[in-house]
Amino acid sequence: MSTELTGAEIVFKALSDHKVEYIFGYPGGAVLPLYDQLFKQKEIKHILVRHEQGAGHAAEGYARSSGKPGVVLVTSGPGATNMVTALTDAYMDSIPLVCITGQVPTHLIGTDAFQECDTTGITRPCTKHNWLVKDVNQLAETIHKAFRIATTGRPGPVLIDIPKDIQFKKGIYKSHETIKIDSYQPSFKGDIHEIEKAIELIANSQKPIFYTGGGVVNAGAKASDTLKELISLTGFPITSTLQGLGCFPGEDSQFLGMLGMHGTYEANHAMHDCDLMINIGARFDDRITGMVSKFSPNSKKIHIDIDPSSINKVVKVDVAIVGDANSIMTSMIDIIKKKYPGFKNSNKEKISNWWKQIEIWREKKSLAFKQGPKTILPQYAVHRLYELTKNQDTFITTEVGQHQMWAAQHYKFSKPNRWMTSGGLGTMGYGLPAAIGVQLAHPKKLVIDIAGEASILMNMQELSTAVQYRLPVKIFILNNEYMGMVRQWQELLHEKNYSESYSEALPDFVKLAEAYGAVGMRASKPEELDEKIKQMISVDKPVIFDCVVEKEENCFPMIPSGKAHNEMILGPEDEETISEEGKVLV
Amino acid sequence: MPKSAYSIDNVEEKIERVIIVAWVDNEAGVLARVSGLFSGRGYNIESLAVAQVDEEKNISRITISTNGSKPVIEQIKAQLLKLVPVHKVADYKIDDTSIFKELALCKFKGNDDLLKKAEEICIDFKAEFLDKTPQSFIVQIVNARREIDDFIKKAKPFGLASITRTGPLAMKKGSETIQENKGKVL
Ligand SMILES: Cc1ncc(C[n+]2csc(CCOP(=O)(O)OP(=O)(O)O)c2C)c(N)n1
Ligand SMILES: [Mg+2]
Repeated sequence: MSTELTGAEIVFKALSDHKVEYIFGYPGGAVLPLYDQLFKQKEIKHILVRHEQGAGHAAEGYARSSGKPGVVLVTSGPGATNMVTALTDAYMDSIPLVCITGQVPTHLIGTDAFQECDTTGITRPCTKHNWLVKDVNQLAETIHKAFRIATTGRPGPVLIDIPKDIQFKKGIYKSHETIKIDSYQPSFKGDIHEIEKAIELIANSQKPIFYTGGGVVNAGAKASDTLKELISLTGFPITSTLQGLGCFPGEDSQFLGMLGMHGTYEANHAMHDCDLMINIGARFDDRITGMVSKFSPNSKKIHIDIDPSSINKVVKVDVAIVGDANSIMTSMIDIIKKKYPGFKNSNKEKISNWWKQIEIWREKKSLAFKQGPKTILPQYAVHRLYELTKNQDTFITTEVGQHQMWAAQHYKFSKPNRWMTSGGLGTMGYGLPAAIGVQLAHPKKLVIDIAGEASILMNMQELSTAVQYRLPVKIFILNNEYMGMVRQWQELLHEKNYSESYSEALPDFVKLAEAYGAVGMRASKPEELDEKIKQMISVDKPVIFDCVVEKEENCFPMIPSGKAHNEMILGPEDEETISEEGKVLV
Repeated sequence: MPKSAYSIDNVEEKIERVIIVAWVDNEAGVLARVSGLFSGRGYNIESLAVAQVDEEKNISRITISTNGSKPVIEQIKAQLLKLVPVHKVADYKIDDTSIFKELALCKFKGNDDLLKKAEEICIDFKAEFLDKTPQSFIVQIVNARREIDDFIKKAKPFGLASITRTGPLAMKKGSETIQENKGKVL
């Protein structure tokens, strides 16, 4: 007969059984029993953020960079509603989070009690699943299910709402080995017949391309090695989505760069003209496809995804394989080796014209920029940051805007889990808390948030968290004094009506850093950039680096809304090609 | 095609009326998950019927009448299967391979003359009389949607004072039952 534990004890025992190291959280009335239990134990460390949204993004950063689920603990009412953005962000980008919220005592639910809100109702559409636990004897089982669901299949956030009386009540602890969820059995191995069909298409293609996404990152560290083997075995070109960057080395000659709205000329043209597209762990997002009806019109399409609902959702495909990317790629490699020994060499001739064409597209050098002597170009700043940090294992997070796209274009990643950016939701304010989570998971590594001056102000308060826990994250602000991405769209699509996109009254970021107890520095001339970046890297404290850049630089290349991949514009010369109907699209 | 900011030029696809059935765990919030999925993704719910069908396994059967093009219907099913408490999903096209039945209760009120005429129509449509007073009566009619529509249209002028309908339920003809399809490509 097992002894009875309080709800709060059950929660911490379960978290410990799931080997949780850190909880990101913020206390309040409805979680006081849990915080009391936290106080009594030593195993799990709590990171006190300054705003619950920060806790959510920090947990995301921790999860993305470590492959482990992020755990969040917040109070009822405003604590829970402050978490909604982070949950939605994690849902869109398939990040495993387990969020525990306090709730008013069960007898008060439904009475509009102080700090009551319908947390499970509010978060239902932005979690993979959620629970309101009304029986302490269900608590352990619910937490175990929560971890299982968050981390398996297509990962995502889950939420457990625990009324205060349940945290006090005594009940039985159930271990996680016995947990069964009848209606939740994500498939892992792909259908072998479909895999064989895919291999036939691969063997017969003359213009193939791999298009890989965040699903490869989520399939675990091994998946990237498997992908590398598959790419080198086939000799095919590969492009990646924003979320997939790092799974394949950014400097490898088979890599065409990122695709999509701000992708490279060669990646987008290859996607448009290919005769075979092999999508691994990407979801044909609208930033990737451009106009769906003009998307890669003449290709056969293979789609490998762990989520069956991604198949044929946006783009109809010829071969669909549902399962874990690593397992499926491993099968593909085995079959190719068996059926087509020496495939790369025997197939070289067949795809040689394709590679020639790709080299012609590459010649456009669509990411090129001209750094003059006066003001720093943002592309140049990212380029120098890359050159000066590439020899150490560096982790990059970003905020949202032009700086995010420049970071994706000019920082080259060679390993997965090194690039954390809010892609699906596009959440300004993501980067700093995410960097905090990353730094906790990798205490000795260099962690940089490439930021915009507008975005960083959305969760600036988290610098205080970084200072408290001595997390030496670096905030590298590409300060153009504009909500640059908004300004760019206004320039290109709204007759240069710069409505509310200029940041009047920006703080002095150097003084701001100092006020928080961090280090502030500023660079505004190209020639001082390298020295200052080196200085930033050498500081063992959180740093705000105010990099003053060209104010009206636009992010190119760009597929304007409503256009196809082969209609992208490379720079200002092409701007008049954006049509009226393109303006109504987002 | 599904909605996307970029899909404004999509060719019009044929919209068909379909009955979608989901077998779900009978637990708190499950109906909100299903109906929220429809409203959140912009699908239409014409009618909805829910009840427990397996007490032992605690399974409810949710029947939703909706409409959409073929890819939209496939996507609705795939999204439903993604919900954790959903065990399996099926769709029933409105054709003669399945049975569709809906129940309506109708109250008539008025003078003798009016009720007499109403009664005749009810008998015509094989309605079952459930309650009678000198000023009123209630009938039950079980039939396909169109039949009930037809009945209501005909009966309306003769004291039809209140109507309630369940929306359709569906079942495949023959011995076949719906197989598990969780986690499968549809
Ligand atoms: C929370 C939130 N609000 C609004 C937006 C819309 N938005 C996208 S980019 C952007 C401007 C970002 O400005 P900044 O951080 O300075 O980056 P820049 O584009 O200048 O590099 C805005 C307002 C958003 N993505 N997220
Ligand atoms: Mg800016």
